[in-house]
Amino acid sequence: MRQVFSILVNNHAGVLSHVSGLFARRGYNIESIAAGPTEDKEATRIVIVAFGEKTTLEQIARQLRKLYDVREVQQLAYNESVTRELVLATVWADVTKRTEVLQIANAFGANIVNISDETVTLEASGNDHKTRILIKALERYGIANMARTGMIALPFEGMTEDWEPLA
Amino acid sequence: MELTGSQIVIEELKANGVEIAFGIPGGAIMPFYDEILKSGFPHILARHEQGATHMADGYARVTGKPAAVVTTSGPGATNIVTGLCNARMDSVPIIAITGQVATPMIGTDAFQEADTYGCTIPVTKHNWLVKDPRELQTAVREAVRVATSGRPGPVVIDFPKDIQTMTAEYIPHRTQETVPAGDIHNDAPELDMQAIDQLLEAIERAKRPIIIGGAGILKAGAAAELTEFARRTGIPVINTLLGLGGFPGTDPLSLGMPGMHGTAYANMALCECDLLINLGGRFDDRVTGKVSAFATKATIAHVDIDAAELGKRVHTHIPILGDVRDVLLILNTQAKERDISAWQDQIGEWKREHPLQYDRDGSIKPQHVIEQIQEVSGGNGIYVTGVGQHQMWSAQFLRFNEPNSWVTSGGLGTMGFGLPAAIGAKVGRPDKDVWLIDGDGSFSMTLVDLATAATYNIPVKVAILNNAYLGMVRQWQELFFEKRYSNVHYPENPDFARIAEGYHVRGFDVKDVDQVRSTLEQAAEIDGPVVMNFHVSKEENVWPMVPSGAGNSEMQLGPPVSEERT
Amino acid sequence: MTTKSKRPTPLKKKKISGAEIIYRALEQEGVEYIFGHPGAVLLGLLDLFLQRSKMKHILTRHEQCAAHMAEGYARASGGVGVCLVTSGPGATNLITGITDAYMDSIPIVCLTGQVGTSMIGNDAFQEADIVGMTHTVTKHNYLVKRTEDLAKTLKEAFHIARTGRPGPVLVDLPKDVMLGEASFDYSDEVDIRGYKPRTKGHTRQIQRVAEAIKESKQPVLYVGGGVIHSEAHKELLKLAETANIPVTWTLLGAGAFPSRHELSLGMLGMHGTAYANKAVDECDLLLAVGSRFDDRVTGKLSEFAQKAKIVHIDIDPTAIGKNVSVDIPVVGDARQVLLEVNKLVKKQKRSLWQKRIDRLKDDFPLSFDAPDGSPIKPQEAIVALSEEVGDKAIVTTEVGQHQMWAAQFYQVSFPRQFISSGGLGTMGFGFPAAIGAALARPDKLAIDIAGDGSFQMVLQELATAVQYQIPVKVFILNNYGLGMVRQWQDLFMDRRFSEVGMEVAPDYVKLADAYGAKGIHVSDRADLRPAIREMVETPGPVILDVVVDQDELVFPMVPAGGASKNMILQDQRKKKPLKGKLSALPDN
Repeated sequence: MRQVFSILVNNHAGVLSHVSGLFARRGYNIESIAAGPTEDKEATRIVIVAFGEKTTLEQIARQLRKLYDVREVQQLAYNESVTRELVLATVWADVTKRTEVLQIANAFGANIVNISDETVTLEASGNDHKTRILIKALERYGIANMARTGMIALPFEGMTEDWEPLA
Repeated sequence: MELTGSQIVIEELKANGVEIAFGIPGGAIMPFYDEILKSGFPHILARHEQGATHMADGYARVTGKPAAVVTTSGPGATNIVTGLCNARMDSVPIIAITGQVATPMIGTDAFQEADTYGCTIPVTKHNWLVKDPRELQTAVREAVRVATSGRPGPVVIDFPKDIQTMTAEYIPHRTQETVPAGDIHNDAPELDMQAIDQLLEAIERAKRPIIIGGAGILKAGAAAELTEFARRTGIPVINTLLGLGGFPGTDPLSLGMPGMHGTAYANMALCECDLLINLGGRFDDRVTGKVSAFATKATIAHVDIDAAELGKRVHTHIPILGDVRDVLLILNTQAKERDISAWQDQIGEWKREHPLQYDRDGSIKPQHVIEQIQEVSGGNGIYVTGVGQHQMWSAQFLRFNEPNSWVTSGGLGTMGFGLPAAIGAKVGRPDKDVWLIDGDGSFSMTLVDLATAATYNIPVKVAILNNAYLGMVRQWQELFFEKRYSNVHYPENPDFARIAEGYHVRGFDVKDVDQVRSTLEQAAEIDGPVVMNFHVSKEENVWPMVPSGAGNSEMQLGPPVSEERT
Repeated sequence: MTTKSKRPTPLKKKKISGAEIIYRALEQEGVEYIFGHPGAVLLGLLDLFLQRSKMKHILTRHEQCAAHMAEGYARASGGVGVCLVTSGPGATNLITGITDAYMDSIPIVCLTGQVGTSMIGNDAFQEADIVGMTHTVTKHNYLVKRTEDLAKTLKEAFHIARTGRPGPVLVDLPKDVMLGEASFDYSDEVDIRGYKPRTKGHTRQIQRVAEAIKESKQPVLYVGGGVIHSEAHKELLKLAETANIPVTWTLLGAGAFPSRHELSLGMLGMHGTAYANKAVDECDLLLAVGSRFDDRVTGKLSEFAQKAKIVHIDIDPTAIGKNVSVDIPVVGDARQVLLEVNKLVKKQKRSLWQKRIDRLKDDFPLSFDAPDGSPIKPQEAIVALSEEVGDKAIVTTEVGQHQMWAAQFYQVSFPRQFISSGGLGTMGFGFPAAIGAALARPDKLAIDIAGDGSFQMVLQELATAVQYQIPVKVFILNNYGLGMVRQWQDLFMDRRFSEVGMEVAPDYVKLADAYGAKGIHVSDRADLRPAIREMVETPGPVILDVVVDQDELVFPMVPAGGASKNMILQDQRKKKPLKGKLSALPDN
């Protein structure tokens, strides 16, 4: 199974080495990793999507908590958190295909950031589900180049147990 | 007050109870060494940095206090990786201070530059590269705290040369915490009383309970509490390799060591028990054998200070996060005496049927030398080993009466650990006789520190069980590769007694079994280091043995012992 | 026998064990020696070494030395050195040797056993994350997870180690991967995405180099280890002689150019010759070939070769422009580039520049005082050794004062004759390296010029030398302490000698004897040369312990971070005792 780890760490050099080194050393599988500043300028949030057995995921959380610079580890389940990823994709689309691609972009609320004779570059953000479907839809035309930020996540605040998330 | 970086480190080490350093100077650590000289901070000059780390390791294991290791940059730092890794695996606190090229030079492949910080991430509990002298005081204080709190472990402070001479404000006796703390600072997690109640109930129900006492007993200073608990409840105690000394080896409830070369009765008890209480052990693969065949009939309870150890390898029914001494204190007030005499009788029978034993054929048997060391020292010494067969025999045949009297490399299994660790142990406990039981292969790796023992006249008693083989590897080749001995033989082993003399250390060469006792007695009387080279029978094997990857029930007892048994 | 035409069966490759694959891959790579120390996870592989005799496994006493032996073998032979150790402590013990090879660009392949893949990350017995620890000190490293990947990985490992800028490659081998089975497919082609070292220099850049040489009045060639790695010494000699360019070298470049040649300037840098440093100061064109502008060479960067146009020929594009800005960069293999340059360069006389160089050599010679009745001077011991054995020997050194004196006073005349730990400066390197060198070049005499502090770090390998009867000679300049650190304390710390004394020194004669080797002790000048002869003539391993003047310092010296104008030419303590600090303690 997959799980999102939202890790709040002290913001100084070397933290990322400690975190990524732990995953490599223990043989844990990372699907994506994203890091960025938070509301506290002395802290950084690292979001890691990992997959493995349930016991392994639990072990990951415990090992992460042992790291000196890790202040807090949240294990987020999909239905209890909001997740977003930004995708930039350049798709093969000459004049004959361009309209189709633009329609897809429109349907997914993606922005067009560049158009050349042969390609269209678009920018989309969304949860894991949405980005996957979008990429699948674009693959038909051939993706010339793609960059993804990796997922970032925050827990839904004020949730009750019977609450149905929308995102 | 305004101090140099070097002064800050010395002051803060002292303020946090670090009393001694082991190391070797070099270009990038010179200002700090100058301060060591000026401040008179106690320092032992080693002959190889690896040795310095093992010295600090041995020192910490017998005193419970961390020592500093000081090295230069580059090769000095890379030379300590093995020692740090060893300490990390066995949860031993070490404060390593490594010189580094000056901050403007970092990353330029400067002379004697190595990426100490990156290299030591996997082998430390935490590490720091200090690039600002104002961060030094906090870094050193935090380093000592991280190394000694919770599950102890080694730390590194990478200390660039320019920072050593720059000045910054030093605040004496500052204790205020400024670093945002995560779990790493949680030395005494709140105990889960429900889980403890569950354990108490399990104890009440159990007919065949067993305790495994791991290294955590010694780290937590819980040997007395464990002894009380076992005696009160009558539950027999197995000690892991690193847990030996946590429970008196002479106690009738003691079953010795479990696992690959554990006693037959310990392994049988593990197979049959219905409640297994693991106190500060980590279910290492050398203990469990095949996990799916481990203690299959038992409810498993596990007490550990490290949350990540709970459920890591073995499924645990009653996990208890906490300091093992805290837990034992509660258990001792609440656990009741119970009658489990049927189980105790069963274990007694196993002990009678399958004692530790060996053949006596007139040659010097390694086990015999160990038994004699036990007798000559009265069991009150500190015993140190290298890694290999001699280590397993020592673990089997020595009987420890006190905690922290046993120093051995468990998790990493570092050959060459013995001599420097023994030196460190003696420095830490000058009141104790320190005996090193070593193999010829293991001793050969780090014998250069005989010069250190000679220089400071550190009276360690070294007994080499010399079989001219890397014996443990040879044993595997005998058993699993039809005696094809590839690259394990030292047909022209040096004359270790003469090597000792070359280092101005007394050396004895012992070939006759009748001289074993008298040599040991002589050695005990000598005020200074001694090396005894015992030519033991060459192809002796360690029994019992659970083949690697097999379950503990598949233990092999070895060939039957002829004639006189021990 | 009758021959029957049979339908050819499709070739189906037989599956063999992972250990067997490793063995065969090593065979295919032409490996002669493997240096190692066994352990539980390696047993299957070691068994093959016993059963077959093609490759020889040398059993060392400590894994660190296995790595240094592999380095010594590689440095002396030009081939790839191989070491094989067990998991956990075996692997971590290699790190110093690996880092040393990385800093000096030495091709070695380190095979480390690892616990089974299912145990990785569990803190299993003798488990260590060697791949994580060696990311920054290897050219590349691998953890092999499937037996099917073994052959390809090993092929790549050797390829990466020996091509481009050479370096160490580590392959971590889990136990189950060595026990598993796969077919053996060892293709000749290696295709690694993202790894295509460029060996041929850019034509236009080469033309510019030739033009610069033509225009220059006062050129200097500054050559490093790259010339030795690429076997460019003949092309270098041709260039120097054709265009009349004096040559100076780095510690690792020693041997690239004959030191007795009239164009030779010797070593430059911190303890280089004064004339080399002054020539670099004065030159108008500095041709750097396979060298990396190390801090021990340049001193203060802003004042290094200030007047010169700088040409930098290097196979590693990241080395170019790293420390100094370069006027004409050429990315390529030193030999190939020099071949092309030589095609364009014409005979040129530079009598004025040659005169100036001769003058500098006369004015600032390397020198030392050895008055009668004084203790043996370390420099004179090196001179004696050099004169007695000369080109018969390959010399290795440890690290410290003796290393610098050896670089200054030993007359080196062919590539791979002088083997030393440069970048990392690893004490304890020389002796095991000499063992590796002796095996690589049985036609030469391998001599480790050692300091007592360095040799004490690794002397247990005497047992290895004796066991295999490897005729290495250890020439100890014994000053009873850590001389180089002591020198800095002498010069920069008001003679506060902190933790550098090793007065309780071993009795090397007894030690040698205990190991079954020959030991000789000398403290008297008159005995020095006879002892050297005895050392050379005695078969097998020999230790010659030469007690030298403890107070002798290495000069000239450019204090770290200083410029060559700050060079201290000779021991000024003799003229007047130093008062206070000579200068502030240098940065590095």
